[in-house]
Amino acid sequence: MAAVQETIDQVKSIDVDQYKYGFVTDIESELAPKGLNEDIIRFISAKKDEPEWMLNWRLDAFQRWKTMEEPEWARVDYPKIDFEDLHYYAAPKTQEGPKSLDEVDPELLETYKKLGIPLSEQEVLAGIAPENRVAVDAVFDSVSVATTFKEELAKAGVIFCPISEAIREHPELVQKYLGSVVPVSDNFYATLNSAVFSDGSFVYIPEGVRCPMELSTYFRINERNTGQFERTLIIAEKGSYVSYLEGCTAPQRDENQLHAAVVELVAHEDAEIKYSTVQNWFPGDSEGKGGIYNFVTKRGDCRGANSKIAWTQVETGSAITWKYPSCILRGDNSVGEFYSIAISNGHQQVDSGTKMIHLGKNTSSRIISKGISAGVSQNTYRGQVSAHRKAKNARNFTQCDSLLIGDKCGAHTVPYIESKNATAVFEHEATTSKISDDQMFYCQARGLDEEAAVALIVNGFVRDVIQQLPMEFAVEAQKLINISLEGSVG
Amino acid sequence: MLEIKNLHAEVEGNKILRGIDLTVKPGEIHAIMGPNGSGKSTLSYILAGKEDYEITEGSITYNGEDMLELGADERAAAGMFLAFQYPIEIPGVATMTFLKTALNAQRAARGEEELSTPDFMKLVREKAADLKVTPEMLRRPLNVGFSGGEKKRAEILQMALLEPTLCILDETDSGLDIDALRIVSEGVNKLRSPERGMIVITHYQRLLDHIVPDVVHVLSKGKIVKTGGKELALELEANGYADYVGEEA
Repeated sequence: MAAVQETIDQVKSIDVDQYKYGFVTDIESELAPKGLNEDIIRFISAKKDEPEWMLNWRLDAFQRWKTMEEPEWARVDYPKIDFEDLHYYAAPKTQEGPKSLDEVDPELLETYKKLGIPLSEQEVLAGIAPENRVAVDAVFDSVSVATTFKEELAKAGVIFCPISEAIREHPELVQKYLGSVVPVSDNFYATLNSAVFSDGSFVYIPEGVRCPMELSTYFRINERNTGQFERTLIIAEKGSYVSYLEGCTAPQRDENQLHAAVVELVAHEDAEIKYSTVQNWFPGDSEGKGGIYNFVTKRGDCRGANSKIAWTQVETGSAITWKYPSCILRGDNSVGEFYSIAISNGHQQVDSGTKMIHLGKNTSSRIISKGISAGVSQNTYRGQVSAHRKAKNARNFTQCDSLLIGDKCGAHTVPYIESKNATAVFEHEATTSKISDDQMFYCQARGLDEEAAVALIVNGFVRDVIQQLPMEFAVEAQKLINISLEGSVG
Repeated sequence: MLEIKNLHAEVEGNKILRGIDLTVKPGEIHAIMGPNGSGKSTLSYILAGKEDYEITEGSITYNGEDMLELGADERAAAGMFLAFQYPIEIPGVATMTFLKTALNAQRAARGEEELSTPDFMKLVREKAADLKVTPEMLRRPLNVGFSGGEKKRAEILQMALLEPTLCILDETDSGLDIDALRIVSEGVNKLRSPERGMIVITHYQRLLDHIVPDVVHVLSKGKIVKTGGKELALELEANGYADYVGEEA
């Protein structure tokens, strides 16, 4: 309620073309030369001080990638990416693995402060009850610059660190799980990521542990002409629970930047992983110039019986989004959930959705997708629900709602439903609506101006999904949605 | 004070209002009656600022301000309120949230401070109880799945909360059973005050038994054809509109 008013004020205070996080951090970077070849991969691997097996894994991925074609089935349109014209590694120069926060470049701390992500633990601690604390891993271009609350988490046995550190410190875990959910040759971008991934977060929750605080990673792409290829791996052992948040922003630049991440989640028996994303990469300007190409592979494996994985995403940024967080429901009675708000405005193109692959018995999944299109954007929901022969009593419920603002945008729904077991029950509901003139007039007749009326109606439209977000993120997400839609009426 | 002078309006070339003159002073209740299609609802929409109509002639001023220059939200902030004949559904927005957003938007537009949540809640609870609006109803999305009576009660609740200086009630009695009509009318009567003017649009006399008007107008084919006291409504009830709508009817 208060958030709505706050958003309106915020919306009013900014111009149409202004992306709040568009500033550039002036920091000297170490860049790998442009282009992609074995030497670059060796360079990245050496920078990370990686063991031999990791290098070989990357090289193998690279060999496979060279034989693969860029996928073209998505409803997105962009000029061909010149993969030779990108830097595959960029790191702040002063940043050779700081031991503590005191060693982190003040310029970087300032950057995250501006983004509203305090990295100083003292600051985070000020006035916040322990159960509401959030541990943060901050990834800047290709490296993790800081991870907070590591010690406190270690007391509970939780490992939360940059994946580059995990490769060195916990090779047995990484070797066991890396690529076990998203195989190296899964798809063009995932394979590219496997070859050149530079950093990301690693989370390990031991058996029976309920992670004592929210974990989060904050991704920032700063350097121009770079690709960010982060890799996240989360493992929840038997009976454990973790809630993980991910946020992303990038400076406002004229040229497009590439972001091709891979996220793998593994939930063992009785474990639960809740993964929330608020994606706010630079969407390009009002002419459609610049913006992030967001080609992401996210997949969770409900490996054990009674396990549960829930994806919640609020997608407001990126010039192009190509993303389908999925669940493989392998364990009997496992549960997969996908809650999504995807907003496109201006020239943005979104092709996003999920896959629910039912393999085990009595598995159930739920998909709630809310697409909001404005400007001249295109917004596609693409979702697959399938039941394997052995997936007895598989259940899915899909609700897919689109809201159009204005008459120059498009909303599309592409469901793929496949059942090889007669006992499976899949339900799919889809609606497309416009904010009606009657609704606008009604709200305005009660004193809301045009923008406040749109904000209120949209907030109502996305309510089911917002409710799934952790409290502090819900408020943020609500603000973000309204800012993204600012200038979409009148 | 509301002053409508020689108001002409049309939609897609069809003339709907053909020269309306109406003055409503603070404290007065004016009833506007008339057959279907006479332009009653159009008049209420135009007063509230709906943009679908072209005003070809005439003026609307309220407290000296030219209303035709203002948007619907600005008119609301200036103290006008339209209780809709068919209230609109706002899915996902709890009634309570809607009430608070609307109240604070108007307060902000008038340069007043936002009401604190506890003060707001207290206010709503008081007003809601009068109209038999339950806390459960306040949690539900506004007008979604509301019965006819609930919708109208919610409209009057908004009116009570926003405390407008000019209330326009568009067929508030339609779709109400006797009990609901009584509750709604009591809610409206509670808002009668020397500072507040009202325009009550209705087909039927029965609403005017509960909300007794000072002046009754008969609207026909976009014009006010007869103005009288409250007894005019009784006469209409007995004889119908035939005397006033001309030979064509």
